Amino acid sequence: MSGDVVSIENYTPQMKHSKECDVAIVGAGPVGLFAVFQAGLLGLKCILVDALDRPGGQCAELYPEKPIYDIPAYPVISGQELTDKLLEQIKPFDPEFLYSQQVAKLVKRTDGRFELTTSQGAVIRAHTVFIAAGAGSFVPRKPKIADIEAFEETSFFYAVRNREIFVDRNLVVFGGGDSALDWTLDLLPDVNSITLVHRRDKFRASPASVEAVRKAVAEDRLQLVFGQLDGLHGKSGNLEKITVKTNEGRLEAIKADRALAFFGLNIELGPIAKWGLNLDSKLIAVDTEKFETSTPGIFAIGDINWYPGKLKLILSGFHECALAAQAAFKIARPDEKLVFRYTTSSSDLHEKLGVA
Amino acid sequence: MGFIHVTDRQGTKHDLDAVEGWRVMEIIREHGLPIEAVCGGACECATCHVHVSPEWHEKLYPAREEEEDMLDELPVLSGTSRLSCQIIWSRELDGLELTLADSGGG
Repeated sequence: MSGDVVSIENYTPQMKHSKECDVAIVGAGPVGLFAVFQAGLLGLKCILVDALDRPGGQCAELYPEKPIYDIPAYPVISGQELTDKLLEQIKPFDPEFLYSQQVAKLVKRTDGRFELTTSQGAVIRAHTVFIAAGAGSFVPRKPKIADIEAFEETSFFYAVRNREIFVDRNLVVFGGGDSALDWTLDLLPDVNSITLVHRRDKFRASPASVEAVRKAVAEDRLQLVFGQLDGLHGKSGNLEKITVKTNEGRLEAIKADRALAFFGLNIELGPIAKWGLNLDSKLIAVDTEKFETSTPGIFAIGDINWYPGKLKLILSGFHECALAAQAAFKIARPDEKLVFRYTTSSSDLHEKLGVA
Repeated sequence: MGFIHVTDRQGTKHDLDAVEGWRVMEIIREHGLPIEAVCGGACECATCHVHVSPEWHEKLYPAREEEEDMLDELPVLSGTSRLSCQIIWSRELDGLELTLADSGGG
């Protein structure tokens, strides 16, 4: 059954400050970006939402420096270069980007359009929705420790949004990358005590940060423990003690009322799972004519969709963009006739591309 | 022809036929077991984390620095944690025993 969640019953009016567009794109990875191009050629305006703070999706987050060899006409291109080229290509269409937020809610309005509300409270009204969410949203990796939920966002955090809450506290920081070391050094002067916990005596961070951490340890301003998180102890979400299993197998108790964990990023499907779409193993079933989901007007393109013969390739996603855009035009512009044109010869397309 | 023995997250054991030259992650994924391997074997996501049985762990080539860097991003490791995309199966690994880590890399 489609539309269980995407329904009028769940609709809460959010009349003010909504953004209007033809296509709301969930995910600003390579496929989401190229969808802007294909929609743009048809005169459709796009808004993109991404959980990351920048475009590129997996290409930018997981392998910006790694070479990709199967993009047509590029014998080799890195994830970051591909992202940059796509941004250049879609520039004429002036898409709007909403970063560091997820689409938390998606409802169908009585006028036939969709209303998307992001985790930061932005509201988008769109004729169509393209889900180009890949494997899902990048979110902080959370340790699977008993009762951790009780402490999260009260005394155990995955990011620093308000550094005041760490002042004069006994803080434990987990991780060995740049985020862990940078925040350790930043908060060091203002905390009562600070302990950095990492699994080994090697850090994947800038040499200057590593040197500063070693100096602070030598001066006894920072405790360094090699091991991993074992348990959180406290009441009503307020940490009192953290136990760490050291590499020698000992359990070490650290007095702590604040903790910060930087374990890199994980990928979660997130709120999409609740949109009433036909999901199987985190993939959304689509047709191969329009790449439309079980809910008319909602399309799924790129790694997140499934159809017989699907290959998770960037180039397959690009093809899917073109066909979904054609279908989106018919929904967004029901009274207009769609004429198929080539960018090589159409003066109309040249105008849209700004090359006329 | 050979096998690897994989224990899933429910504790069920699976004997999977292995292919020479394939990454262990690929063998597990090909048999439909729930290994995420988001980055597809680029050693960039740590979601193909497995716990190798101790007797097999010592027979494997040690992890390279690139793999250790990614293991650093996992909150809970065992002494025999490895990323299965970094283990290439060959005949010497016939009978390799391992357990899938929790979803998301554990």
